[in-house]
Amino acid sequence: MTDKLNATRRREPLTDAQLLMTISIGIFVAMYALAMIFMGGGFLKVQQIFDLLNDNAALIIVSCSLTIVMIGGGINISVGGVIGFTVMACAIFLNNNAEGSGFLSITLTVLLALGIGLGFGLLEGFLVSYLEIQPFIVTLAGMFLARGLTTILSVNPVKVAHEGFQELVKAKIKIPWLGYTAQNGNLIPAKLEIGAVVALCVVLLIYLMLRYVRFGRNIYALGGNRQSALMLGINVKRTCFWSYVLSGLLSGLAGFVFLMHKPAGNASVAMRSEMDAIAASIIGGTLLTGGVGNVVGTLFGVMILATIQKIIALSPLNASWWQEMASGAMLGFFIILQSVVLSHRGKGKK
Amino acid sequence: MQNDAVLTMRGIIKQFPGTLALNKVDFTLRKGEIHALMGENGAGKSTLIKVLTGVYEKDAGSIWVAGNEGEAHIHSPQDAQNIGISTVYQEITLCPNLTVAENMFIGRTDGEIVHWKDYERRATEILNNLGIPARAKQELSHCSLAVQQMVAIARAVDMKCKALILDEPTSSLDDKEVAMLFKLMRDLKSRGVGIIFVTHFLEQVYEVSDRITVLRNGELVGEYAVEDLPQVELVAKMMGKDLNDLADFEQVGEKSQGSGETVYEAQGLSSSESRPFDFNIRRGEVNGFTGLLGSGRSESVRAIFGADRVTGGKVRVKGKDVKITNPHEAMKNGIGYLPEDRKRDGIIADLSVRENIILALQVMKGFFHPMSKAQMKAFADEYIKALQIKTASQDTPIKSLSGGNQQKVILARWLLTHPDYLILDEPTRGIDVGTKLEIQKLVLKLAEENMSVTFISSEIEEMLRTCSRLIVMRDRKIVGELTGDQLTQGYVMKTIAGGEQ
Repeated sequence: MTDKLNATRRREPLTDAQLLMTISIGIFVAMYALAMIFMGGGFLKVQQIFDLLNDNAALIIVSCSLTIVMIGGGINISVGGVIGFTVMACAIFLNNNAEGSGFLSITLTVLLALGIGLGFGLLEGFLVSYLEIQPFIVTLAGMFLARGLTTILSVNPVKVAHEGFQELVKAKIKIPWLGYTAQNGNLIPAKLEIGAVVALCVVLLIYLMLRYVRFGRNIYALGGNRQSALMLGINVKRTCFWSYVLSGLLSGLAGFVFLMHKPAGNASVAMRSEMDAIAASIIGGTLLTGGVGNVVGTLFGVMILATIQKIIALSPLNASWWQEMASGAMLGFFIILQSVVLSHRGKGKK
Repeated sequence: MQNDAVLTMRGIIKQFPGTLALNKVDFTLRKGEIHALMGENGAGKSTLIKVLTGVYEKDAGSIWVAGNEGEAHIHSPQDAQNIGISTVYQEITLCPNLTVAENMFIGRTDGEIVHWKDYERRATEILNNLGIPARAKQELSHCSLAVQQMVAIARAVDMKCKALILDEPTSSLDDKEVAMLFKLMRDLKSRGVGIIFVTHFLEQVYEVSDRITVLRNGELVGEYAVEDLPQVELVAKMMGKDLNDLADFEQVGEKSQGSGETVYEAQGLSSSESRPFDFNIRRGEVNGFTGLLGSGRSESVRAIFGADRVTGGKVRVKGKDVKITNPHEAMKNGIGYLPEDRKRDGIIADLSVRENIILALQVMKGFFHPMSKAQMKAFADEYIKALQIKTASQDTPIKSLSGGNQQKVILARWLLTHPDYLILDEPTRGIDVGTKLEIQKLVLKLAEENMSVTFISSEIEEMLRTCSRLIVMRDRKIVGELTGDQLTQGYVMKTIAGGEQ
């Protein structure tokens, strides 16, 4: 009897956060498996997953950035604008420094991208945390500002002509044993872009930070209950401030990764990507009310959205409105699922 | 400073604009005792606690804490924690989305890296030690409120506290959970922790406390050992009465028993704020709810009026089953309600006297049936005269009137709707004696005109003057109904105190 009791005690039920993340991972796996069965073709190759990662590297990073502020109970809708501005600024900077050592100018470009993100993060973080202005309004203003600055830099699209950077764009990490044999008998290795590797590293690092670093835990406490967090002795304002700074920094990084995938600046770059990032975070199990979320879930959120789009692109329904409607339906489905799951669990509580 | 005292406060003064919240209050907490801090709402309990925990700065007086050289200077909750004073508040101040273990350690550990294994091991140790039925890895939101409260206490205790302040810890717990909490409190007491127990549940005080300090209107009434202070005396002290000296009072008019028809009847009525209760009132009757502040009097009448979310019960108005779930439905059924807090729930400060008077009638009629200006003026004039409201004109904004006259305006507002049943919640608070008498007379006059009135007042004399039936509440339950000869101050107070009679 006691043994039985102990055995049940040892296995702790999933927390809300774990449950939501498990659901989204499960749905991704199920969806992908169905695609493999019914659509076959590309879906049977590892390269398909790598392509999803390659195409959505910037979105993964920016979704992590959004997950962080959403866990803290905030929101940041300026990230798309910051990416657009970063891409344009970096493209122009690279073109102006086309000669000379490629390595130096690329390093400076990375710093420029991070600097732009950092600047927006510091400004928005200060306004939200210390002046206590609504984060939605602050970042809405940030979005307009970033979009405006992008257009000031150049109204016309700017293609990156920098040779060293072109090499970086083309650079791919080849993994032969995950590849496949083409019809002509050649082995085609699976290819992962540098941006995708960066994105996966970001997911890992942010995951570890949110789980094991005091700052990360403080963000959860902040989102769980701001007043309680204060009473528990957490510096609420400082935590909130740095979460926006980190969010801005990641947006800048996402801008650079975007440029590595599509080396051209354009006034409409990453338009609406803040909305995709919010959707990916929510689908990945982040609650808009704060306190619950996880970047691994967010990674799967991005992959779910990307897979839906791929499936539709390969199906006879290939049209952008079908993709949008499917994404919308997915988001709606997840929000309903979340509220059903959480309210069902809530019945046990008082 | 006594030897066994862990905490001594002497001559604490705290001034707020317009009120002296604490006037030279002394308080002593000894090692290993549970010390109840009692007083009605507004007596200064929470102010004293907040001074002690550094939420407020005291204006004068001194605090000593055992083991701390010289006077303790407490300027923030952190300061208080550092010298060993921990507080567990009424609302849970933990994060529901974190685990039990993390809630016990977050915000007070050094180092940037979280050692989960270490957290969980130490938390399990403390939880087992104190016999708290929670698991370290459990998410806090999955624990019952009582367990959450206990986790908060465990966190406080682990901070090596000498004095533990529990501010209304039992207000949202059921009986079983309260018993669990008390067990924990006794356990801590045996370990030498001094506990300040703030509550308004009289019986709970007698169940666990060793000593009682009573405050009233910001002043110290006294400190007593529990066995020296019978419950009824405690109530008398909290209300500022002397049991041996209950003067008789003048009658202002004939009390009305009412007759015949039951105008309103509730069975098992409950709301989000009140427990189920039965209640009825006859035509032309004046009755009242009495009890200490915070005993649930106002919550009960708010449930009758549908002002809080009604959660159950049957209601009959003049013999017909009706549903009253919001104030508008109550008004349609002929019920009027003058709220306790006229500043917040009653007057609309910037509107004129006239507009304030016609407000309820207009709501009854619906906004698509506006009244003519002449009609409004006539109504306003009539009631300004009838109630002798002292105002420059009908167009004067109500905020420039005196408290008593504001109250009359709100009374006029309800009289204008000609309710069958009027509820007056503390209509005489904060107004002068003359106006108080006027309002009491008016209540009796209304009853003569066959209106039923439920009257609530903190002053028992006032209730005894006007009500023919008193419903006594304690700890959110109705504990007695007094009529006829039972309507004396002594008897009312005994009923409020309950327990040993």
